[in-house]
Amino acid sequence: MPNTETYNDHVVRLFLLASAVWGIIGMLAGMYAAAELAWPALNLDIPWLTFSRLRPAHTFGVIFAFGGSALMGTCYYVVQRTGHVRLALGKLAEFTFWGWQLICVLAMVTMPLGITQSKEYAEPEWFIDILIAVVWVSFGVVFFTTLARRRIQHIYVANWYYGAFIIAVGLLHIVNNLAIPVSLFKSYPIYSGVVDAMVQWWYGHNAVAFFLTAGFLGMMYYFVPRQAQQPLWSYRFSIVNFWALISVYMWAGSHHLLYTALPDWVQSVGMAFSLILLMPSWGSAANGLLTFNGSWHRLKEDPAAKFMVIALVFYAAATFEGSMMAIKTVNSLSHYTDWTIAHVHSGSLGWVAMITIGSLYAMAPRALGQPAMYSKRGMNVHFWLHVSGTLVYIIAMWIAGVTEGLMWRATNPDGSLTYPFIDSLLAIKPLYVLRWFGGVLIWLGMWVMAWNLWYTAADARAKIIKPIPVPIPEPEPHQMPAPLPAAG
Amino acid sequence: MAGGYKYFEAIEKHAGLLGILTAIMVSIGGLAEITPLFMRAHEVKAAEGVKPYDALRLAGRDIYVREGCYLCHTQMIRALRAETQRYGHYSTAEESVYDRPHQWGSKRTGPDLARVGGKYSDEWQMVHLRNPRAVAPESNMPDYPWLSQAWVDPDEIAQKMKVLRMLGDPYTDDDIAKAPAAVKGHTEMEALVAYLQGLGIANEPTNPAAQKPAEDGSP
Repeated sequence: MPNTETYNDHVVRLFLLASAVWGIIGMLAGMYAAAELAWPALNLDIPWLTFSRLRPAHTFGVIFAFGGSALMGTCYYVVQRTGHVRLALGKLAEFTFWGWQLICVLAMVTMPLGITQSKEYAEPEWFIDILIAVVWVSFGVVFFTTLARRRIQHIYVANWYYGAFIIAVGLLHIVNNLAIPVSLFKSYPIYSGVVDAMVQWWYGHNAVAFFLTAGFLGMMYYFVPRQAQQPLWSYRFSIVNFWALISVYMWAGSHHLLYTALPDWVQSVGMAFSLILLMPSWGSAANGLLTFNGSWHRLKEDPAAKFMVIALVFYAAATFEGSMMAIKTVNSLSHYTDWTIAHVHSGSLGWVAMITIGSLYAMAPRALGQPAMYSKRGMNVHFWLHVSGTLVYIIAMWIAGVTEGLMWRATNPDGSLTYPFIDSLLAIKPLYVLRWFGGVLIWLGMWVMAWNLWYTAADARAKIIKPIPVPIPEPEPHQMPAPLPAAG
Repeated sequence: MAGGYKYFEAIEKHAGLLGILTAIMVSIGGLAEITPLFMRAHEVKAAEGVKPYDALRLAGRDIYVREGCYLCHTQMIRALRAETQRYGHYSTAEESVYDRPHQWGSKRTGPDLARVGGKYSDEWQMVHLRNPRAVAPESNMPDYPWLSQAWVDPDEIAQKMKVLRMLGDPYTDDDIAKAPAAVKGHTEMEALVAYLQGLGIANEPTNPAAQKPAEDGSP
């Protein structure tokens, strides 16, 4: 029987395009917000352009619109390739694309208009939350149905992470957003005070865990071996890390609330689990990096591999920093300061954005019917813009954060406080300018990527692209029915 | 090894089993930490002096939420000496029982506001919100001039209080009936300042040792 089944790369291409566009929009919002901290007059007395209205648009734009589109696109790509099967439920998959884009547009418009729940990273109001739940469940249905139809019996580890990402984010989203609407644009959460804070940071921390870590580890586990052109360093190690990571992460949320009114036992449990978390985090990073063993020369010719390696180094660095910051003594200095901002961006710009960019550069030519990206030099330019911008950004914020922390706690010999609050702001103002500059470099890099993708997509734009047939594997021996006993 | 791995292999080859086990593993941590808090939430009684927000302050609080003040100001004084020295008594759980959602925040680009009530005059607060650099030249806080030009919507406030009562906040019918009149004719600026001026005054816990009479009855 001739094989007529092809991969559904159409929906993958749509997500790829969306991701490139949202990256630019989300980072533009961040860049403008950063500039406002240095030059506060920049809100021009316009409500929706004000820092406090714009920041949620930045975080939602980069995490859920840019990162989310990249995650869903690569997830659809990976589950097809690792299962040797066409994506199930094509119409529903298309719906998840348009649904997700509608959500992103609604969120990015309503939040600057002041329609917000004020729960960090879950700001969109209830009507958007319902849409998110619907699209998310559809995404899960498409993913798991495709998985169920796979032709390779063994489920490749990348899919484990994608699966955990889908299940956990669905759970977190629904529990954290339970609210009673007052009107279309306003609701009150069912939790209050301490419980609300705990639920919020259980969500906030695990959005980092499952959206920004598990999802992107799924990406890593497929595209890193692909780019290194050799198998994962240790498959079994990846599985040990999987169970450790998903079970430990969920306990660590309370480290966002150290020394607050949260009961002490929850704080201590959160701190202890945050330290344990270092092991699966470094395990995953090491597994990715060691996969390049014996093929490090590829870094010279392949900028996508470069992005991935530096992403893994940042992943190791940021998770180490995170575990250290969860120690109460360190947290007493770092919390509420720009050190947190440095940490978040070392994770998001260093790890998340770089593994995404590397994976997009690896996936785009294949999904767009080209032998390679349009411009290798463009990829290299992007790499250096991104790496230097990220370093400038996080070093500026580290210095700012430690400065704030030390100035806030400094006391004179007579026990009185040394500095009024405003002094700490004055001390770090130049660093806000530097941080903004780092952001500009990163944003320019995103334009270089968009330009490069546009030209790589020439065939897709001309609609002359040919779908790729699914390679149907030979049945594995033990899957074949047992031979009939010989008659007589 | 080989014997045990057989069972593990089953997980690696059955998507349903993998999904169910994943869901169980990710649920444990949250259940362990949140359930006890949730079950005991009713034990956290409002501190003395902590009352549900009156109509104008509630309207002001929702403006605080709308403008995203929590992104630069915390309302959670940690139990650390340098913090209590700067901002007052550390925040307690009892103080935020009516906060839906909580406004503890995570970043101090500006100072903590948990006990800002009464620290400055109404007039100062309004000038500062309209143009922070008029009173604090080095500040990097944005201007919020539009707050003085918008009126609080009296139609929505009663509905808000009804929803909050449904969630357990002890508003009386009388509170709700009088709410629209209480906010009518007030600007958003006035509502926000009313909210800020109410923060942390009535409920600042004082040192119990200083308050309680000594055991032996001496003053």
